[in-house]
Amino acid sequence: MRPEQQYIAFFAAQKQALNKIFSELINSKRDEAFDVFQKKGFPVFNSENYQHTDIPTLMAPDYGFNFSGLKAEIDPYKVFKCNVPNLSSTIHFIINDRLYKNDKKSTTLPEGVFSGSLNDFSKDFPEIFRKYYGKLATPDKNGIEAFNTMFVQDGYVLYVPPNTAIESPIQVTNIIRGSVDSLMTRRFLVIIEEGAEAKMLVCDHTADKTPQFAVTQVTEIFVGENAVFDFYELEESSENTIRLASNFVSQKASSNVVINGISLCNGITRNNYDVYLEGENAIHHLYGLAITDKTQKIDNTSNIEHRAPHCQSDELFKYILDEQSTGVFNGRIVVAKDAQKTQAYQNNRNLCCSRESRMFSKPQLEIYADDVKCSHGMTTGQLDENALFYMRSRGIGEEEARLLLKFSFTNDVIEGIRLPNLKDRLKMLVEKRFRGELVKCQGCI
Amino acid sequence: MEDNQNDIFDELKNREYKYGFVTDVETDYVPKGLNEDIVRTISRKKEEPEWMLEFRLKAFEAWKEMSMPHWPHLNIPEIDYQDIIYYAAPKKKEGHQSPDEVDPELLKTFDKLGIPLHEQKLLSGMAVDAVMDSVSVKTTYKEVLAEKGVIFCSFSEAVKEHPDLVRKYMGSVVSYRDNFFAALNSAVFSDGSFVYIPKGVRCPMELSTYFRINALNTGQFERTLIVADDDSYVSYLEGCTAPMRDENQLHAAIVEIITMENAEVKYSTVQNWYPGDKEGKGGIYNFVTKRGICKGRNSKISWTQVETGSAITWKYPSCILSGDNSAGEFYSVAVTNHHQQADTGTKMIHIGKNTKSRIVSKGISAGVSQNSYRGLVKVVKGAENARNHSQCDSLLLSDKCGAHTFPYMDIHNETATVEHEATTSKISEEQIFYCNQRGIATEDAVGLIINGYAKEVLNKLPMEFAVEAQKLLQISLEGSVG
Amino acid sequence: MLNIKNLHASINGKEILKGIDLQVNAGEIHAIMGPNGSGKSTLSAVLVGNPAFEVTEGEVHFQGKDLLDLSPEERSCEGLFLSFQYPVEIPGVSMVNFMRTAVNEHRKHKGLEPLAAGEFLKMMREKQAIVELDTNLINRSVNEGFSGGEKKKNEIFQMSVLEPTLSILDETDSGLDIDALRVVANGVNKLKCPDNATIVITHYQRLLDYIKPDFVHVLYKGKIVKSGGAELALELEKKGYDWLKEE
Repeated sequence: MRPEQQYIAFFAAQKQALNKIFSELINSKRDEAFDVFQKKGFPVFNSENYQHTDIPTLMAPDYGFNFSGLKAEIDPYKVFKCNVPNLSSTIHFIINDRLYKNDKKSTTLPEGVFSGSLNDFSKDFPEIFRKYYGKLATPDKNGIEAFNTMFVQDGYVLYVPPNTAIESPIQVTNIIRGSVDSLMTRRFLVIIEEGAEAKMLVCDHTADKTPQFAVTQVTEIFVGENAVFDFYELEESSENTIRLASNFVSQKASSNVVINGISLCNGITRNNYDVYLEGENAIHHLYGLAITDKTQKIDNTSNIEHRAPHCQSDELFKYILDEQSTGVFNGRIVVAKDAQKTQAYQNNRNLCCSRESRMFSKPQLEIYADDVKCSHGMTTGQLDENALFYMRSRGIGEEEARLLLKFSFTNDVIEGIRLPNLKDRLKMLVEKRFRGELVKCQGCI
Repeated sequence: MEDNQNDIFDELKNREYKYGFVTDVETDYVPKGLNEDIVRTISRKKEEPEWMLEFRLKAFEAWKEMSMPHWPHLNIPEIDYQDIIYYAAPKKKEGHQSPDEVDPELLKTFDKLGIPLHEQKLLSGMAVDAVMDSVSVKTTYKEVLAEKGVIFCSFSEAVKEHPDLVRKYMGSVVSYRDNFFAALNSAVFSDGSFVYIPKGVRCPMELSTYFRINALNTGQFERTLIVADDDSYVSYLEGCTAPMRDENQLHAAIVEIITMENAEVKYSTVQNWYPGDKEGKGGIYNFVTKRGICKGRNSKISWTQVETGSAITWKYPSCILSGDNSAGEFYSVAVTNHHQQADTGTKMIHIGKNTKSRIVSKGISAGVSQNSYRGLVKVVKGAENARNHSQCDSLLLSDKCGAHTFPYMDIHNETATVEHEATTSKISEEQIFYCNQRGIATEDAVGLIINGYAKEVLNKLPMEFAVEAQKLLQISLEGSVG
Repeated sequence: MLNIKNLHASINGKEILKGIDLQVNAGEIHAIMGPNGSGKSTLSAVLVGNPAFEVTEGEVHFQGKDLLDLSPEERSCEGLFLSFQYPVEIPGVSMVNFMRTAVNEHRKHKGLEPLAAGEFLKMMREKQAIVELDTNLINRSVNEGFSGGEKKKNEIFQMSVLEPTLSILDETDSGLDIDALRVVANGVNKLKCPDNATIVITHYQRLLDYIKPDFVHVLYKGKIVKSGGAELALELEKKGYDWLKEE
């Protein structure tokens, strides 16, 4: 039986139940997605973009869904205290699939800003919802989008009206918990209107380490003209967590976006980044850092499309692989025919630290315009033996010297973070990670 | 100024493809189409032993089950494999005394191509095997080479004279199951060259094969096999041209190279198959499988290619670095103009310890052409201290062409160092103007700059070829900058 | 030799030259000075036909020919030479190959046969000595990996090889140490003869200590606001440009 079959049967049987709980607008997209999913299914293993991650097999087990929305027995606002100093005044929690309802309304956000649940947003602002939801993550993309749209339960929406700036970053923490194997489908929708500005940090935590969890997460980000948006994702999940994330970013003219995905602990992760630069002078920075060991696997696949002239993109992904872990980097930059004066730079740097670790890298350029400056580079190697020796000759122990070098290797990705407090915290976490200590903030789960 | 430049180029009519003539010679064909009978017929015409026929039939069976690769960044029109003639040989004239005597018409053809086959005019320092359509016309300097123990002959002759060597090595690097075109070639290949360099011999002259497609509606399927025994060295060149025709013709070749301990093979190609006309009509489909294996320790295979011709190119000359300390190199200049498409690159498979590979690829796209580099660097688990450096640059000469880079890296050894760099840029107006100010007209300036850009690769070619290749680059791109 | 009348030129629609009149005769050295952004480099660029600039008005005659009608390479072959302020690097193209192509284009223009390789190399060696250019540089790619001073020497070297009728030195002195400046100036002086002329574009008096100008012009906001003899340059050195702006 194809792994898709169980989900097709399940959807057909549970559709009514699903539709009862969630908003009409969210439900209205399910059927279209179902049609596509029935035809296309999950991405085929070994196809050009899925050479190293076998989605059908990952999705084959019979995970449980949590449609009834079992109440969380905890109030995360009481249990978890993010203690990154002055990081955020607006914190949300998504427990498994659903945004945790907080009775206290956040008052610090400027007028017109929506920061809350997908379900609520679709009910309260149907016009805006209709205009954006599912417009980038169309069901025909990779299969994950259709799957997610079929089963989506809730998620988070950030809407920032024109010319409004949110000073402090918004934090959303995904908490995965439960005593049995389960599958979560959540969704992010971010709309930054013209001239607006916001920053967001999303943390992934797996609270229960034993059960198998699979998560699909689809994020759509719309950034208007002259708007600025930062999106940081920090993954600190468990070895038994599968994360299949699809991120879509559409940028209008003169907008400026940073996307930075850092994986410190995970099981199997596949991140897709689709970035569309639709207006002139748009700037995009895409960064990623993966530190892996055991049998972890991280597959980052990016696709940056320069569709308008005078845009810039700058991409940097770094991997530090230890033990039996695997890193995959697929980077594609497409410069459309009329996207003259494009500047696109792509870099992938990897350290293999063990016999058994393995790195696949495929940086690609597809260029259909002539007046462009594009380059990509990839290196995979080891720590610089000369530097190691130099440090040791100055009295630094070998272990410590290695650690320092690894740490400095991660530096340029962390430097790309435009939140000083988060930057400092990450430096600390990365160091902890390399020292083999428990990687989490105090106060976090 | 822009207009001014355009004017210059409008005046500069694209120079005709120099090698587009047809030789009027009586040709022996097999019927159109491909089936078991045709395979048997080809084998019979070549008076082959039974084992060879068996090999062909196995390949044909495999081919029937396969389909054309769809992954390249190419737009390949439907090819009707039943509409191709798989064997065409210039007929031997009646009354020729010795089998070595060549039809004067053919001698003239190769003369015109700059490849004299008359004994008195032989290119000094270079032995040539001349292949027209499906058969080898003549191999020069055979005797001189034989004194050193070097075998250089047509593939057909090798099958008869050196069956042990052929059986041992044929298909050992490129199996008949390798890919669609390799299977096709293995079923219907007609001729090609065979080279064997014995132990300790440094081949005293450059060896070269010149391929010429002449007959209408035919495909060319040649096979080259080069075996370099311990401590030997050979430099081998390959050149190719075809007449100008409105139809597309298929060329699907296989080249296999085997190097033993301390042996080195340098393989250079100047590929100038007819590229089709300005509107993209006609031209050769060049679908080629070239692969070498560095079997012995310290052995080395070096591929150098200058690709200017063909309507569509699909080729990835590769090295399997199996011996410890072995080295592979790939130097390529690929030019596409008008409607040409190329998807070319290399594979470096690091298996032995301390293996090294170097890739330098320079793509130049003009007109409305599409030019892709595709390469794989693979380091397997036991390949300690593998080193690779790849440099892939693309130069764009028009706003309607495409330049693409698809490198694949698969690294499974922590002692490996693999580096890949690629850049894409357009030809610099400042450089052209600087040349202009020194009195050099724009089209010459473009020629200079492009040859400069490709220099690292051109330098790897043997002298005579380098000069030819430089001219070729300039001609292929004439009228393409505006 | 060179006759500029009411020359206006602009870049990207912005007018830089706003009516230049200048006459240069054989045997003369003219210095054009002026503050940054006054249009000095634009004037040289327009004279040699840089496509980035557009001539909107005026005439330029060079040895009786309408200069504006000629392509950059024709201007070069007619005897106009520009020593670039920022010489361009051309990777992979050797200096020898570059200069041989240029020399033979010039010869073709004059109806002469191309130089044989031996003669050409001999000439290169002779000229190299004039500007004390390191032999190694000749075998390298055009300007690639040259230091700032080497690039400028290389410009003067090319000038000596092409033997132009009118040379324009665009800020050739900028960024040069005193030794390089002396070498460059010596080169220019050695090449000087009654049949050719030189326009020296500079911001400073420094170079003019070595290359004595017959005339000095001050360019300001796209116009020549003052002309005089060599003494004008000294006056500028003392007083700066501000007094001219007030006039």
